[in-house]
Amino acid sequence: MVPAAYGAHFSAPPKISGIIGGAVAEPRIDVSIEHKHRPEENSDGARKHPNTCPSCGSHYRDDELEANLRVCPQCGHHFPVRARDRIAQLVDPGTFQEEAVELRSEDPLAFFDLRPYTERLAEAEVSTGLGDAMVIGGAAIESEPCELAVMDFAFMGGSMGSVVGEKLTRAADSAIERRVPLVTVTASGGARMQEGILSLMQLPKTVCAIEDLRDARCGFISVMTHPTTAGVLASFASLGDVIVSEPKALLAFTGPRVVQQTTREKLPDDFGLAESNLRFGHLDAILPRSELRPFLGRALRLFRNGR
Amino acid sequence: MAAEDERHLRERLNKLRGLPLLRGTRLSGDTHRLQKQLDKIGEEPSDQEIWRSVDLARHSERPYTLDYIERLFEDYVELHGDRARAEDPALVTGLARFGGRTIALIGQQKGRDINERQRRNFGMAHPEGYRKGMRLMEVAQRHAFPIVTFLDSPGAYPGVAAEQHGQGGAIARSQALMARLTVPIVSCIIGEGNSGGAIAIGLVDRVLMQENAIYSVISPEGCAAILWRDGAEKVKAAVALKPDAAHCLELGVIDEIVREPQGGAHLNPDEAARMLGAALGQTLDELSVVPGAELREQRRERYRRIGIYTAGATEPALRSGS
Repeated sequence: MVPAAYGAHFSAPPKISGIIGGAVAEPRIDVSIEHKHRPEENSDGARKHPNTCPSCGSHYRDDELEANLRVCPQCGHHFPVRARDRIAQLVDPGTFQEEAVELRSEDPLAFFDLRPYTERLAEAEVSTGLGDAMVIGGAAIESEPCELAVMDFAFMGGSMGSVVGEKLTRAADSAIERRVPLVTVTASGGARMQEGILSLMQLPKTVCAIEDLRDARCGFISVMTHPTTAGVLASFASLGDVIVSEPKALLAFTGPRVVQQTTREKLPDDFGLAESNLRFGHLDAILPRSELRPFLGRALRLFRNGR
Repeated sequence: MAAEDERHLRERLNKLRGLPLLRGTRLSGDTHRLQKQLDKIGEEPSDQEIWRSVDLARHSERPYTLDYIERLFEDYVELHGDRARAEDPALVTGLARFGGRTIALIGQQKGRDINERQRRNFGMAHPEGYRKGMRLMEVAQRHAFPIVTFLDSPGAYPGVAAEQHGQGGAIARSQALMARLTVPIVSCIIGEGNSGGAIAIGLVDRVLMQENAIYSVISPEGCAAILWRDGAEKVKAAVALKPDAAHCLELGVIDEIVREPQGGAHLNPDEAARMLGAALGQTLDELSVVPGAELREQRRERYRRIGIYTAGATEPALRSGS
């Protein structure tokens, strides 16, 4: 019997936890105390520390995770990868030439929800060290030249506004100019609502850029990482000549929570995940992170475009 | 008060004009066009007017796609099915005559009574609907029929089967096909043009928008639920998103605001159809003289220019929440 300590939380009404041996068990008293510095919890109760595996609970030092390409050595869970780290994982050292570094979002609608958009932008720039949610540039992967466009979910959920749309467009143009394939690595919650209708216009904008790329007969390999959803899935990311993903990545136009709320349907366990997308024919392959670089090397050789 | 609003708009125009240009055009529309829009708009819509648009755009008696098709087109033949899996009644397609031409029609269709609403899935298409649309686009391309699309949907359907059948990919590929066609394409936003569901049939040469329609990246309720964490803040969200016709014109996202009868299209559908038909006829006439390859190039260029950003060496300004 747990003494009811001062400051403890009583569950009200007390829950009967079950019938044991024919007798009613003691009402369970919740004695959890609010910890001021306790890590935040996800909806499923898992701790949010970025280096704790949400799948198996193993915890790693930064260098341990980096050494394994940020994949859990225990269970194979793929941790998110920041744009710069992704580029470092994929390209031949020293070959990445970043383009359009200087682009920054404007606030055309003077958007203000709970906080001004400009403040969110400034904060994202400070915390990520990026100008916006996409990094583009020329690079070589396994000695094959290509143009690379990599998204960063840490910058406002990888949302696509005017800058992401423009950067993708410039990446396509740069690929056309240099007659090399385009490789995109997406991680995005969708269009950036704070730019209103202009963010929706980035869907057709990026689609038009990819159509120009196709007309120029440049290859396009789309790598969809967790999560690639809504506006990005419904535009350039789905138009790759080859589309691959990482294990368990969520690739959905609408995420499971909203689908569940709207339709009250029972969702399959692998709803929207890469595995489900592969089964239904929307993906060419699911590649563990360690195989991504060799795969891209092979694909780039196939799309060499007469060079 | 009008003078005050006008001052605001002129300030905004000056601000836009003052932004450093990059790679030629980076504003959606040049300053000349903005100036014209400024003259046309007159004054900025108030918060109440924006919310009134949202209400009117979804009014249960507002004319839907088939109401306009019935009133404006002759010899209409509806075509069904995506030739692969299913028929999606949330998106209607067909061929019809208009002003001496055969036109391919693609439109989102809501239902009038509860049975029809369910049958039409409240105008929310599945991937099969967009694939049916693409099938019609191919017919149009083959026979050089101009395409007219009607946008009126709360969004693409968020369901399990829709996801499994490739909702995102269908929306992307429908846009990609529209970027490839060499026939004129005009869209009419007649109600709510929301999110990917709308843009799937919205990559076009000219966008006509009725004065009480809305065009938005997300519904006000959806935006409120995400950013305010409270769906009840929908009015604030709508005001922030600025989905009304005047703002869309100002941002260079649409080409023309089509007037509605006093009080809204639902009060006089015949008159609303006449007004829409007049604008549509004029637009199709203008586009019909442009060679196909040029049309396609201009269409892509139109979208490639949209976006407002800076090539700032400067830090984004922190602004107080006044």
